[in-house]
Amino acid sequence: MSYDQVKQDVGKMTKKEKSKQTAVYTSIYIGLFLLVLITVVPFFLVLMNATRTGNAIQNNPLAFFPGDALVDNFKILMARANVIRGFFNSLFVSTSATFLSGYFGALTAYGFYVYKFKGNKPLFVFIIVFLMVPPQLAFLGFYQFMANLGFVDTFVPLIVPMIANIGTIFFLRQYAEGVIPKVMLESARIDGANELYAFHKIGIPMMMPGIATMSIFTFIGSWNNYLMARIMLNSPDKFTLPLQIAQLRAGTVWVNNQGAIYVGLAFSIIPIVLFFIIFSRFLVDSIAAGAVKG
Amino acid sequence: MAKLTAIEKKQSKYGYMFIAPMFIVFVVFSIYPILYTLYLSFTRFTGVRDPEWVGIVNYTRVLNDPNFYESLLNTVRIWGINIILQVGLAFLLIMVFSDLKYKFKGLKAFRIIFYLPNLIAAASVALIFRMMLDTDYGTLNELLLTLNIVDSPVRWLKDTMLAQLSVANIQTWMWFGNSFILFMAAVQAVNKEVIESAVIDGCGRLSIMRYVKLPLIKPILIYVGVTSLIGGLQLFDVPYLITDGRGAPSGSLNTVIVYLFNHAFTYRNFGYASAIAFMLFLIIMTVSGIFVLIMNRSRVKDFLNKKKNDFSEYRKRKKANI
Repeated sequence: MSYDQVKQDVGKMTKKEKSKQTAVYTSIYIGLFLLVLITVVPFFLVLMNATRTGNAIQNNPLAFFPGDALVDNFKILMARANVIRGFFNSLFVSTSATFLSGYFGALTAYGFYVYKFKGNKPLFVFIIVFLMVPPQLAFLGFYQFMANLGFVDTFVPLIVPMIANIGTIFFLRQYAEGVIPKVMLESARIDGANELYAFHKIGIPMMMPGIATMSIFTFIGSWNNYLMARIMLNSPDKFTLPLQIAQLRAGTVWVNNQGAIYVGLAFSIIPIVLFFIIFSRFLVDSIAAGAVKG
Repeated sequence: MAKLTAIEKKQSKYGYMFIAPMFIVFVVFSIYPILYTLYLSFTRFTGVRDPEWVGIVNYTRVLNDPNFYESLLNTVRIWGINIILQVGLAFLLIMVFSDLKYKFKGLKAFRIIFYLPNLIAAASVALIFRMMLDTDYGTLNELLLTLNIVDSPVRWLKDTMLAQLSVANIQTWMWFGNSFILFMAAVQAVNKEVIESAVIDGCGRLSIMRYVKLPLIKPILIYVGVTSLIGGLQLFDVPYLITDGRGAPSGSLNTVIVYLFNHAFTYRNFGYASAIAFMLFLIIMTVSGIFVLIMNRSRVKDFLNKKKNDFSEYRKRKKANI
């Protein structure tokens, strides 16, 4: 049936068509609902199981009501891994990384956009190449280099490299073009503003939505980073959350203590999901924007 | 570049100043480690004594190492299953949500829900499924047994084929929401009238998908495919953490990065591990290069078509004038 026919016939739909329509709607909504279940059930089980004892989970793995073992589970967990410490380590690393990436990303993008200088274009192309060729593949050389400098088991290797976050720079360079009128900078200069002042008072505020968008992804990426943290950090009191979570799997009799493991998982999942839901409206569109422009 | 005016010359100094911090960090923390890895790949190095130059020995070893090829094959196989499922699912979803006749509500909510698994650390995902897919105590087997769907526990993470399939499915679970959002954005950017006129011309849903929507989202499809391949070739967290960290069962979860990680940090074989890293580096560069070529080819084609159209327009107008 063609589209205009459908349009005309909407008012006088036959019974057969109506029931066909209901069937289509119902079956597809059921399909979507199943997909939502598959997506959400693991999260749900983590939350429920965090409140139940290992035995209870073993006897009845699919329970839809919380138990009363949350506090006990938490104590067992803390005896094995100090997740509170891990939480604050992760928070420190991710916040610092996000701040450096945002500030220096904006500074670099602004520099590339506002000023004409020899090598502007080639230098920009040079760094863009590394969007495609992942420098993190060189993590062995990176590790040895950090070891030579004495930075192993510090947060430096997880934070400082974020000053050169290529994805952020590329995005903000395109973004600056749309939001910073060069005329405005001219008039600021005439009024006697120096260049750094102009960047702080005009550049950063104008680019702020773009900076915020990239910062959210930088934060999530840093919060979830496992491989680099695994390589660089040795002492448990420096462990970030993903390291502590990964460490929990080592237990031989995990079945009895699985409630405690689920508490640990909840610790790593809840903050980032809350963070996302708070920013989600803003975020979902920028997932696409980042990709289309990137 | 045109000659700079006096003011611009004065300002160019600021340009360098503004990009300098980033470039210093980039050279020190990214470029130098790449070159250092390259150097290490030509040495024997255990991390204790100084690296000892051995020439191309490590590379000839990689090229003759069946375990390396197996790890590459494992990685590509897991990625292949994953990308088919992930893109397929995302396609079904965009067909549902961009249908003209049936209007489904709740797109915004669905986008957020389907994106959730992409937010949590792969380390946590691995641990969750390590427990849920456990043969003896796992939730999934318990559920399947209770519902009488299977008679005996399924060896999700103990059978080689099933383990690869499980990891591919987990990756799909993590990434299909991301693909869905990207494809949906591309489809929504498509002019509705184009699709409507295709319907009027008698196109069915599948042919609209094939001839109208697909070409329009092709760039984003290539983007998703290639970024996913680049990420997929570096698959580490889930296969490393979901079993014993050495690729169990029987090496089926031994991805390239798991393999080189163990060579470096378990066997202290940094030289050989660096050579593996560089081989992967070359593979990824080749893939990226092909990607750039494809992207540019379509751009060149667009340009030529536009020129052609302009030319025929021009001829038409000329004819009309005469």
